[in-house]
Amino acid sequence: MLNTHLLSIVTFLPVLAVIVLAIIPGRQEKALKQFSIGFAIIHFLLSILLVTNFDSSVYKIQFEEIIPWFSTQFASVGYHIGLDGINLWIVMLTTFLGPIIFLSVYSSITKKVKSFLINMFLLEVGILGSLVALNTFLFYLFWEVMLIPMYFIIGVWGGERRIYAAVKFFIYTMAGSLLMLVAIIYMYLQTGTFELMDLYTHTFSGQEQVYLFAAFAIAFAIKVPIFPFHTWLPDAHTEAPTAGSVILAGVLLKLGTYGFIRFAMPLFPSAVKTFAPYVIVLGIIGIIYGALVAMVQKDVKKLVAYSSVSHLGYVMVGLFALTIYSVQGAMLQMINHGISTGALFLLVGIVYERTHTRLISEYGGIAKVMPVYAVLFMIFTLSSIGLPMTNGFIGEFLILMGTFKSAYPYAFWYAAFAAVGVILGAVYMLWMYQRVFFNIEPSEKNMKLKDANLRERIYLLPLLIMVFWIGLYPSFFLKRMDKSVEHYMKLIQPGTQLVVPDPTAAVDEGVQK
Amino acid sequence: MTNYIWLIPVLPLAGFLINGLFGSRMSNKVISWIGNLTIFASFVFALVLYIHMLNTPALSEEGIHNILFPWLNVGGFHVNFAFLFDRISGTMTLMVAGVGFLIHVYSVGYMAEEDGYFRYFAYLNLFMFAMLTLVLADNLLLMFVGWEGVGLCSYLLIGFYYTTKIASDAGKKAFLVNRIGDFGFLLAMFLLFYLFGTLQFPEMKEIILSHHIAPEMVTGMITVATMLLFVGAVGKSAQLPLYVWLPDAMAGPTPVSALIHAATMVTSGVYMIVRLNFLFQLTPNTLLLVAWVGGITALFAATIGTVQNDIKKVLAYSTVSQLGYMFLGLGVGAFVAGFFHIITHAFFKALLFLGSGSVIHAMHHAYHNAGVHDKDPQDIRNMGGLSKFMPVTYWTFLVATLAIAGFPLFSGFFSKDEILWKAFASGHKSLWAIGAVAALLTSFYMFRLIYVAFLGQFRGSEKEKEGLHESPRSMTVPLTILGVLAAVGGFIGIPHIFHMPNLLDKTLEPLIPAINPVHYLHNVSTEWTMMGISVAIAIAGWLIARSFYAGASRKAVDGLSRTFSYVHKLLLNKYYVDEIYFAIVVHPIKRIGDFLWYYVDVIFIDGAVNLTGMLATCCGRVITLFQNGSVKMYAFSMLTGILILFWIFIG
Repeated sequence: MLNTHLLSIVTFLPVLAVIVLAIIPGRQEKALKQFSIGFAIIHFLLSILLVTNFDSSVYKIQFEEIIPWFSTQFASVGYHIGLDGINLWIVMLTTFLGPIIFLSVYSSITKKVKSFLINMFLLEVGILGSLVALNTFLFYLFWEVMLIPMYFIIGVWGGERRIYAAVKFFIYTMAGSLLMLVAIIYMYLQTGTFELMDLYTHTFSGQEQVYLFAAFAIAFAIKVPIFPFHTWLPDAHTEAPTAGSVILAGVLLKLGTYGFIRFAMPLFPSAVKTFAPYVIVLGIIGIIYGALVAMVQKDVKKLVAYSSVSHLGYVMVGLFALTIYSVQGAMLQMINHGISTGALFLLVGIVYERTHTRLISEYGGIAKVMPVYAVLFMIFTLSSIGLPMTNGFIGEFLILMGTFKSAYPYAFWYAAFAAVGVILGAVYMLWMYQRVFFNIEPSEKNMKLKDANLRERIYLLPLLIMVFWIGLYPSFFLKRMDKSVEHYMKLIQPGTQLVVPDPTAAVDEGVQK
Repeated sequence: MTNYIWLIPVLPLAGFLINGLFGSRMSNKVISWIGNLTIFASFVFALVLYIHMLNTPALSEEGIHNILFPWLNVGGFHVNFAFLFDRISGTMTLMVAGVGFLIHVYSVGYMAEEDGYFRYFAYLNLFMFAMLTLVLADNLLLMFVGWEGVGLCSYLLIGFYYTTKIASDAGKKAFLVNRIGDFGFLLAMFLLFYLFGTLQFPEMKEIILSHHIAPEMVTGMITVATMLLFVGAVGKSAQLPLYVWLPDAMAGPTPVSALIHAATMVTSGVYMIVRLNFLFQLTPNTLLLVAWVGGITALFAATIGTVQNDIKKVLAYSTVSQLGYMFLGLGVGAFVAGFFHIITHAFFKALLFLGSGSVIHAMHHAYHNAGVHDKDPQDIRNMGGLSKFMPVTYWTFLVATLAIAGFPLFSGFFSKDEILWKAFASGHKSLWAIGAVAALLTSFYMFRLIYVAFLGQFRGSEKEKEGLHESPRSMTVPLTILGVLAAVGGFIGIPHIFHMPNLLDKTLEPLIPAINPVHYLHNVSTEWTMMGISVAIAIAGWLIARSFYAGASRKAVDGLSRTFSYVHKLLLNKYYVDEIYFAIVVHPIKRIGDFLWYYVDVIFIDGAVNLTGMLATCCGRVITLFQNGSVKMYAFSMLTGILILFWIFIG
């Protein structure tokens, strides 16, 4: 009973929070915030059942729920959601970040608390909905639902240029999603269904695939964002309040990459073949470009924002390299990025609350006054630059190794250029770290800074645990997506068999070469 | 017992966690005990294991395998968290844990008055964990964990005095330059996995030994892979052109320089090649490259070492130079000789650094007592005559100098001579000549230190002189132990012409299969002659230094540099390599970043985006003009429209 409705419950539970929040009077800010924290914790605990009851030995959709919704003479639309190895961890990441975000909001949001919290919960519904939706209509619906609260979060609670950033975010995303809508409608007219599983079995003509793929790809590329569609991101991140940045970097961007693996790629396999080298090259450009631009930023938050462009470049390369290693690595890297970059945004928020500036030049030497904070910042920095034993390394390594082993003619060069990001990532992160935490005796003003307090330590701790859990024992996560990734690889590359390398065979092969 | 190899690295890790988490609330005494005991326990355990291994025939060749848990398992790519304790890694472990322990003990005295005592010991223990992981790893990926881990600790410890820009710059530089090397290491791993389908050392070795690998593959991909690995080694072991971080790394506390930047971490590149000897033996081209890079680095760094005035800088360049020797040895196929030099170098170079630390400690106190703040306690021109005040430091320093300069029967003599002999005997006469000249310079710059810093008259004020004193026991005892090792450590690898057993050869040879044996010249009289030349070189270096610096006043020393002003300036400024790198790498990258951000991102892409937005708004504005609510206007436009339509369809 629970299992059959569990996913729906997890998806829509935040609606209950919205209702309760609506009832609590807006003056009681403390009560509103505390309720949100508690609720988010319960939400997360409940969602753990999704992992414990998940069967990792099959690729099929689990916790599936199908309800016919409405049917007119033109269209029949169903409610169809489910979970498999592709979306399991992103769903979990979303519920996991919930309590952390609300804990951070406790001190950072002071105006219009009630509506902020409501917007956050609505955003969560939108995100979870689009992650679990298994028909294109439902997906599109949630995709748009997600947009509105995010627009408000940036536009109302953001920084100085919040209106500009919010509008830019909205229009950019909207432009992409309209193209996707056209594609969804076209597919419906051709096949008579919105159901994803049915659409997978339909083979569109080569010409159709190219256009449809392009329409989906642009929508997702903007969301990811892939170079050169990324310029909304730095603005949105810098202007958004900390909680907004965390959810934006942590999960919202992943909907772009998730869209590729769930929709654009398996639906249009022949177009993938055509486009893959271009996407990979754009991904590599993103890695290097994002890193170089991040390097010269004067604002810490903008630096972290541009680092996202670089990190998501890895994910794109991994997905389109189309090897079991690189795709698994990319899937894991989505989660990793949510954890490390989410944590970095939280950390930047902590110091911003104390000083009201994000300019790197205003800091220096603060490791002396905020030692615990400095250590935490260091650990997430290391995770972000992919130091072995942290989560970032596993993702990057699998992506790069898989890219290297991929079937493309320039596979070696793809991997080599993408790996340059490993060097550049260290350059911009460590240089920033040095200027913020080291270099000089802290200025008189900074001498008064208070170290991370208990609440801040509490909400960073779970992220810290994840850094090392994934870094040391990634099998726990990889195992649960293994089967689904394999299945999707077959959908994307019909006809090709997955080859499990045999050491001696590889050498023989080498001999023949 | 054999299932607990993981304790060797994990014990220091536990020390790190305890000191790191609770150290700020513990007394220095407790912190020292935790830091020292954990690494000592590792050492003792490793020693017991080592003896057990050598005495158990079943384990003697294969080594002891300890698989902890599967780490990564994706589509046939399988890597365990697993350790391999065999003759190579066991010997290295003993050296690392042993020397590491001595330096921990030394640090208790050296760091006693520093802020952040717990932080220091926490980092030091973390370093031991990473280094032992690197050494004991049974596969390349786990080795890479240690490889980057030691890099991290090096970064943290170089930047220990983080509120100074010099230290934090140096730490960052070390990390970034090493990352360039790691980039090569990463690509090599991809390539090797592609070729072998595994990254585990025993399996890779097995594949090579059991398959006759076609020459095309050797010249092709394995050569590329080994060269990429060598890029990693060049970064970690500070060879040309990536050595630039090591001299700067001296900004860290001196025991750190001894431990990380002399004895252990910087030799990991050499160790890695020894570990993978079965792979490197297949690729003569890579080995040739290794030999030449090593040889040239040995000479290049030695020339810089002759003019530096900072005692630690001299030793830093000396380290770069000595590492060059090790690669030279590996490159001519003498893996055991290269490994031998790792060990003897660890003894005498750790000793030299700790000795210099003792000197700096004393100078620092002297200046502190005298209330002098503007003098550099590391500048040898400010020293002189220290032997009278610090006899233990002096005598141990002298032993180490004799060892590194290659005086007969001291440890460095055997190892360096074996490398030079092997270079000569394998037919690389020019490499031998380069090595010999570098040896002359080595002897020269070391005795220069002895004469300028320890002998003659103290070149400071009387008040400063009063503050000079020998270092505490916790520092002099490790110095003495290392002094003994530096003196007699060479006897583990006595050359065959002495007709005595060569322990190291006997231990390591079984693990270095002759896949592609190098043919060495076998001629006893030539070998004796070459050894004689080596001794002559060492003595010549000493005599030259003596003629220049014995009893020399500060004026005389400065005068000497004026005589050779151009060469001197070039060397003092280290051939301007840092400046050149800044101009052709660092600066352009920053400029590119700025360009991409200002012009490409903000003006071009975002400009295009905003332009699109503006166009839409403008169009909207223009259209709103017509919807101003005036009925007359609507009627007028309607009429115009109708007329136009008439004209189109009828007219």
